[in-house]
Amino acid sequence: MPMPVEISGLRYAYGQGELRRPVLRGVDLSVAPGEILLLTGPSGSGKTTLLTLIGALRAMQEGSARVLGVELNGADEKTRVALRRRIGFIFQNHNLLGFLTARQNVAMALETDAALPERERLRRAGELLAAVGLAEHADKLPAKLSGGQRQRVAVARALAADPGLVLADEPTAALDRQSGFEVVHLLRDLAKSRGVPILMVTHDPRILDIADRVVAMEDGRITA
Amino acid sequence: MMDALPPRQLSAPPAPARPARFETWIALPLRLAWRQLRFEKARLLAAIAGVLFACVLVFMQLGFRSALFDSATALLSAMRAELFLINPLTTASFRPEPIPRIRAHQALALPEVAQSVPVYMAQASWRNPVDGSRRAIQLIGFDVEARAMQFTGLEALTDSLKRADAVAFDRRSRPEFGPVADLLREGGGSLRVQVANRLVDVVGLVDIGPSFGADGNLVLSETNFRRLLPDRLPSNTDLVAIRLAPGADVAAAQRRLREILPPDVTVLTQAELVAWERRYWEEATPIGFIFGFGSVMGLIVGMVIVYQILFSDVANHLREYATLKAIGYSDGRLSRVVLGAAMLLAVLGFVPGALLSWYLYGVVGEATFLPLAMDIGRLLGVFGMIFGMCAAAGLLAMRKLRDADPADMF
Repeated sequence: MPMPVEISGLRYAYGQGELRRPVLRGVDLSVAPGEILLLTGPSGSGKTTLLTLIGALRAMQEGSARVLGVELNGADEKTRVALRRRIGFIFQNHNLLGFLTARQNVAMALETDAALPERERLRRAGELLAAVGLAEHADKLPAKLSGGQRQRVAVARALAADPGLVLADEPTAALDRQSGFEVVHLLRDLAKSRGVPILMVTHDPRILDIADRVVAMEDGRITA
Repeated sequence: MMDALPPRQLSAPPAPARPARFETWIALPLRLAWRQLRFEKARLLAAIAGVLFACVLVFMQLGFRSALFDSATALLSAMRAELFLINPLTTASFRPEPIPRIRAHQALALPEVAQSVPVYMAQASWRNPVDGSRRAIQLIGFDVEARAMQFTGLEALTDSLKRADAVAFDRRSRPEFGPVADLLREGGGSLRVQVANRLVDVVGLVDIGPSFGADGNLVLSETNFRRLLPDRLPSNTDLVAIRLAPGADVAAAQRRLREILPPDVTVLTQAELVAWERRYWEEATPIGFIFGFGSVMGLIVGMVIVYQILFSDVANHLREYATLKAIGYSDGRLSRVVLGAAMLLAVLGFVPGALLSWYLYGVVGEATFLPLAMDIGRLLGVFGMIFGMCAAAGLLAMRKLRDADPADMF
């Protein structure tokens, strides 16, 4: 079975000429199917850059990265947009659209699939909100929800389109201890039951227990 | 919580059907745009007010512009003749350069010319019969029996206009000339008024309408015209209206007249004469330009307002737009959301704008006596302009989308 994420010799630098600043200096990493992998390391170690490259949010420079069977080196914008639809993203902030209800926000992730009728989109959005324990809050605007509830809506949105991979960047950073704990456990349970691998960047030592594997980065390299 | 989990869908999704394509292309971006606009009511109202303002401004400017051209050429359009002789130096009919009256007789040399009627035009001061104030009025003198003019009401007055010092007053003249119609009724069909320091009899009313060049009109016979303005050389006239025999070829007659007449007159068809007059107002006066300029200013102001609203909508939601890009929304699709918002504003502002303009046409038309009228062509034209204005604003605001970089989201 092919690995959802296979990276070898990945290098990346910001800036040009004298200002060139290498961030990734040869990263080799793979994520197994259904695996929950936590990426830790100090600020500036390159974790976030690595995540944006895997998420096809940035053009690659050097090395190879196969994500869900797609080689990203040399991939054009169209290929990358198509790949992003197969990846669930969870950000530090929930980034929900303030003028849409929780259900509509989740359904937004399904609108890129033209074959799905509107009713089906809303039904699936409702199911996912129920799965994250927000069935009664489905028709509320994000402003009416607590921080933890909003992040749970973001989890539902990330999983809505049946992604082959979930990428999360410090999903607990803006939450209190209890809400953060709930959100990551919910995320782990949902991902495990669907066999979706998760690659999560975190500083938070409280959530390391959900991981199958923890990888540390420093200075643009994997250290452990 | 685990019980509510939906089963993971393993089968590949079926190929998108045709209607679904339409949905993702237009319907869904438009719906997202509408939800975003609707969410902030005050901002939406401001945007609609901006479009409405631009819309009314453009409608009024274009209305005035075409009213000007219509009224300026109303007199010439009312003449019932196929060909006209004017001085090539004449710029506008209210300010004619004279031509020799003999040209009217020379034109009769052609067998196809049935009638050749000299028309005299000048402005003279009219004394308001009620308050005595003076105001310039346009005199139109011609052989009233020749039937070269088709002003409403003229035919019934043919005989009375032949009397000495008899004139017909244009009932649509501006009210500053006095309540002539009322006074005429009170006086039993006769009213003495001072024109060019001579007492004349108003014997009836005709319909012509004021123009930018003349506030009011008086129709009178050639002889009475000379009585009023004795200083004018009788050998000079201002315009010659030529009626051809029935079935005559107008273009051929025009060519032959040009051959036989000296170059101190130019031979024009009625359409050419109207265009000549129109060109004066359009090109030789700043008026045509002013209205065009006013329209453009209205569109620019409207565009800036719409741009501001759309731009701040994008700028305030940059993180959300970037998130949408991250979850697989293409740049093109988000651009359609912004353009969709622009289109919605165009429609929402145009409908009340057109209705308000329609109402204003009535109010302003009554106050200025200008022929302001809404027609389907102008409705479509202005809608096109407003649509274009909003689209331009949308295209400008779309550039802000580039700042929504999904790579900055982590």
